[in-house]
Parts: sequence; C-alpha cells; structure tokens
Amino acid sequence: MTNKTLYDKLWDSHVVRYDESDTALLYIDRQLVHEVTSPQAFEGLRIAGRKPWRVEANLATPDHNVPTTSRPNGIADISDPIARIQVETLNANCEEFGLTEFTMNDIRQGIVHVVGPEQGATLPGMTVVCGDSHTSTHGAMGALAFGIGTSEVEHALATQCLIQKKSKSMLISVDGKTAPGVTAKDIVLAVIGEIGTAGGTGYAIEFGGQAIRDLSIEGRLTVCNMAIEAGARAGFVAVDEKTIDYVKGRPYAPEGETLEQAIANWQTLHSDEGAEFDRVVNIDASEIKPQVTWGTSPEMVVSVDTQVPDPDRVDDPVKAEGMRRALDYMGLEAGTPVSEIDVDKVFIGSCTNSRIEDMREAAKVAKGRRVADNIKLALVVPGSGLVKQQAGAEGLDKIFIDAGFEWREPGCSMCLAMNADRLEPGERCASTSNRNFEGRQGQGGRTHLVSPAMAAAAAIAGYFVDVRDF
Amino acid sequence: MKKFETFTGIVCPLDRSNVDTDAIIPKQFLKSIKRSGFGPNLFDEWRYLDHGEPGMDNGKRPLNEDFVLNDPRYQGAGILLGRKNFGCGSSREHAPWALEDYGFRVIIAPSFADIFFNNCFKNGILPIVFQEEIIDNLFAAAGGDKPLEIAVDLEAQQLKIAEDGVIPFEVDAFRKHCLLNGLDDIGLTLQHVDAIKTYEARRRQEAPWLFG
Repeated sequence: MTNKTLYDKLWDSHVVRYDESDTALLYIDRQLVHEVTSPQAFEGLRIAGRKPWRVEANLATPDHNVPTTSRPNGIADISDPIARIQVETLNANCEEFGLTEFTMNDIRQGIVHVVGPEQGATLPGMTVVCGDSHTSTHGAMGALAFGIGTSEVEHALATQCLIQKKSKSMLISVDGKTAPGVTAKDIVLAVIGEIGTAGGTGYAIEFGGQAIRDLSIEGRLTVCNMAIEAGARAGFVAVDEKTIDYVKGRPYAPEGETLEQAIANWQTLHSDEGAEFDRVVNIDASEIKPQVTWGTSPEMVVSVDTQVPDPDRVDDPVKAEGMRRALDYMGLEAGTPVSEIDVDKVFIGSCTNSRIEDMREAAKVAKGRRVADNIKLALVVPGSGLVKQQAGAEGLDKIFIDAGFEWREPGCSMCLAMNADRLEPGERCASTSNRNFEGRQGQGGRTHLVSPAMAAAAAIAGYFVDVRDF
Repeated sequence: MKKFETFTGIVCPLDRSNVDTDAIIPKQFLKSIKRSGFGPNLFDEWRYLDHGEPGMDNGKRPLNEDFVLNDPRYQGAGILLGRKNFGCGSSREHAPWALEDYGFRVIIAPSFADIFFNNCFKNGILPIVFQEEIIDNLFAAAGGDKPLEIAVDLEAQQLKIAEDGVIPFEVDAFRKHCLLNGLDDIGLTLQHVDAIKTYEARRRQEAPWLFG
C-alpha cells in the first residue's frame, strides 16, 4: 500500500465513481448555504422540478447582507429593499425545500464559516462546500472544504455530489515556533507573501509544521480561511487531539458510541509518513513578524517594521506595473515606513477573524485605552450570535465600548461591504478581513489586512504600530 | 446550458494581472436573485466614473474613457484577453454571468483562478490558457489600430488568426464534451443515481456520524 497524503484520504473516501477522463463524482457531506449565492440555485431546482437529494446535509444562515446595527425586528430592519428581498428569498427557499436555517434573530446566526465549526456541523473527514470561496476555512477541522459557484450549489443540492478533478497536492510546512505577538493571521499572510496569490492555483494545500500544530483550532481556521487567497480552493490541517477536543459536545457532533467510532476514524486523518506531495514549501516560523498588506492583492504584504516596497526595484515589468497601480490606488509612496501610515477606520471581524479568540486578542490590546481621535469608526463585528454572547459573558463587549469601538451584531459586514458598513472613497482601513482588492470594502476604499491585535493597536494609535511593542 | 462549437469575435485586451471577481462584478450587484442582467455592470468601478448601484440607468452614467471596454476599437468584443490569475477571489458566479451577458464567450489568459475557471464552463464560456509568450503576442496584436479578430474552433481546439495562422489550445476532454453539446451537469450526474445510492448506503454503515 502506498503512503497517502491527507488529501488522498479525504478525496478517495468521497469518490462515487470516475469517468474515462479521470473526472470524479465526489460525494458531499455538508453544504452551507447563504443568501447571496443560493437564490438562482433554488430557482434552478424549482424550474427542473427537483428536490434536495439529502436535505439534512444542508445548513443555511444569512450573513452577507444582514445589517450589523441593532435589528430587533429581524428582516424588517434591513433598510436596503433589494438586500431585504434576498434574505426573505433565503427564508422562503429554506421553508419550501425544507432546509434548516438559522434566521436573522436566531442566536446561532452568523457568518457561515464561523457557524459551521461552532455547531459541529463541519466535522473532520467531511467534504464541505458552500457558494463562497472562503469555504476553505473548514479544512482546519481536517475536512476537504472548498468554495463553489451557484451552478454547483444547485448541483450539490440536487445530487449530493459534484463533478470534480483531483488537484495537485502541496505541503506548506511552517517549521519551528512563532515569536510572541505573531498570530495565525500573520502566518498565513506571510505564506501568501511567499508563494503569491496564484501560488496555490491547481493545488490543495495541507498546512503542517510545528507552528501550525501549535495553533488552536480557531487559529487554524484563520489559516485555512485564506488558502484561497494563495490561489488554492482547499486548505486543511491534519486532525490531532485539539481537533477532537474542539468537536466534542457541539450540537451537530456525534455522541456516545458513534463518537467513539468517529474518533477512531478521525485519528487516521493525517498524511502518512513518507507520503509524497507535488510541491513542498518550508517556512521558518521564527522569521515571521506581524504583517501588514500595503497594496491591492493579499500577496502585497510586508512586515510592520519595514517600508512600502519600490516597484523600480522589481525586474518583471508586468509585476512592477501592478505595484505602481496599487501604490496609486492606495495613495502610498514607495519607501514609506509602515509605521507612518495613518488609518481612518478599523474593522475587526469577517470569516477570517471574528471568533472568540480573535475578540479576546483585540480586547487585550484595547483594554483600558481609547480609540485615537483621527479614527472615524472602529467596528467590532463578532462572527456569530454565540460568539457575541460569549464575548459578553467575558466582558469583552464592555472593554470595546469603553475604548470607543462599536460593538455590533454578527455578519460579514465591512469585509465586503454589501451592507451599510463600508469605506468612503480614499478612506484607509486596518482590517482583519481577507481581501484588500480595489473597492472591496467600498468604492475607492483602501484596505490593509492585519491580525486582530494589530487592528486594535492601529485603532488606539491612529496609525500602524508593531503590536509587539505596544 | 448554451452550446459552444465555434465563435468568432474581436479581442479586448485587459492588461492587468490578478483581475478579481470583485472587479468583474462589484458586490452591490450581487443582491439580485436573478441570473441575468449583469452585463451593463461588468467591471462597473473601472468602466464608469460615478458609483454604480442596482437600478440605475447605466446609459446615462459617465464613462471612463480610459478603460479598455470603452475604447471604440473594442466595441462589440466577444473575446477577453487577460493576464495571470484572472478571476481570482470570490466564488461569485455572477462574474461569468456578467461576462456572458456583456457578450464575452471566450477568455484567454496565462492562468485562471480555479473557481472562476470552473464557473465559466457552467455558463457556456470557454477559458483558454496560453503561455506568457503567446499572450504577449496577442496583446501586441490586439493593441494595434485595427481590431484583432479571432475565430475559435472548440472541436478542432484551435484559434484562427487571419495573418498568423492557427494556434492550438488545450481543453479538458470532459468539459469540451459538455460545452460542445450544451450538456447540463445535473442531468449527467443523475444518470448515476444508482452509484450515488450505493455509495451512500456503504458510507452510512462505515461513517454513520456523517448522516446524524
């Protein structure tokens, strides 16, 4: 028997059949559904007279469009009529087709990628899909999880399968220990800086090495979340005791004898000794410092203690031109120290960094301090109603509010600014989200991706600071 | 799905790397619950000088004359030429819906992001990958005064360019078959209902926690 990678194991256990051209029909264990990428899929089912194949494999919640301001009346509090129709459509579709949905005022509502692991709805060894590219997040559970388009959402609903080709395999081994103040977010940004935003295209990435093993499950969720920003549809981490401890006792997790049986299976979910990868990347964890993106692609990233890079020092003309365009959009000059960049707004949230540990990290920095006068808005948006509740129980809400942050209701919020939380043209944001694309947080808005602690520190200082000295 | 056999069109050169799906169709247009009507908002933030919102009369909005889609040479273009990592970012299928609605049936680039690449095939759009050298030549040819017209033949897997002859391209056999015949993936998969049921029955035994 050959030595298998974790990817081989996850893949092989879900192949229903292969066709002549090695295209697989892959079985899907869990589909997460939200309001933006599902209406056309349900419409497709309706037109074809189809029903969900296994309705209980799906779990829905609205997240992209929901307001994060007070919303005691649920959908009625969505002021944008088009957004309201989309959330109403999700409710109507879930009702018509029989899907479980955590609706707007359910305490379990939140960002799909926070809700899935929190509920134990995404388990080790599963295939998990969602009409959202950040579905890679769930790979932290030792699952094969990837984002799909709406046609595939419909396909998975109708058949519980997807037509897929196996990707190549990559191991990113983050070796050694990280320094204090360096978080999962910094690790993944450093990885993207190293391999580039297309470095993982065509690959499924296993994150390994001591620095990954040392992370909590929530930290691993942050790392896998941004696999897509390195070009890989799927990123995952081998199952260990932390994974199993995390899953136990969650509402959708197995119990009793079935749990014991599951654990025996989960303990095999790691790459075998000597398994071969198509590509291996080694990164020295001890060299990673707190990261700040300076441009309009997540690969445009530097350490906080350095400067904005100079396109004139880059040989590749296409790359240099991209850098110049990014500097122009970002309103930055090459050579500017990162610590001299002023910030207008701060966003702590998103499927990357809105879990309880993220809230704690940010609160630790904010405690007993005040948001700087030049900061127009500092938002903290917990990833789910349950994260919000837990943070409240720990008094984190009070720390944020006392420091001058706004403490909001759960949703995707200013990560993509589909709701009212957004940047105005030219505004600069320290954001814990995942994409710094042009216009992502609002047309003309300028996004710098950072960890929750770095974002909180920028809010307090009014400009980027090295959280290790803070 | 629309069949794709042959297509002839003008090439519109979009000379930047890492064109993301947020740029292809900005988030405010994703609130629609339909599949159609995204074409007028394709590349909205680059194409218009004002801020676009759903429901605006796009015919009355100020155009960004510097953006390639507004260049008179490329009016009616049906083939989009891009740079590396085209279609990166969000999985939104609204991106190929917008490209298709505008009139693009072929996208040529040195590399594509995986999810976008896959979404194209579901919508009758053919994405073609070439080496950088060929891409550079196409950019040079498309950037001249005279529009570059290319005929794409999927069956023969060839681009035909009047002066330069023929360039062969690669395409996955299964995807080619689906495009040529306009096949619906779900219909294809449902031919294997028995295989899915057999798999499911076995997994319920082996891994009951997945069906809890």
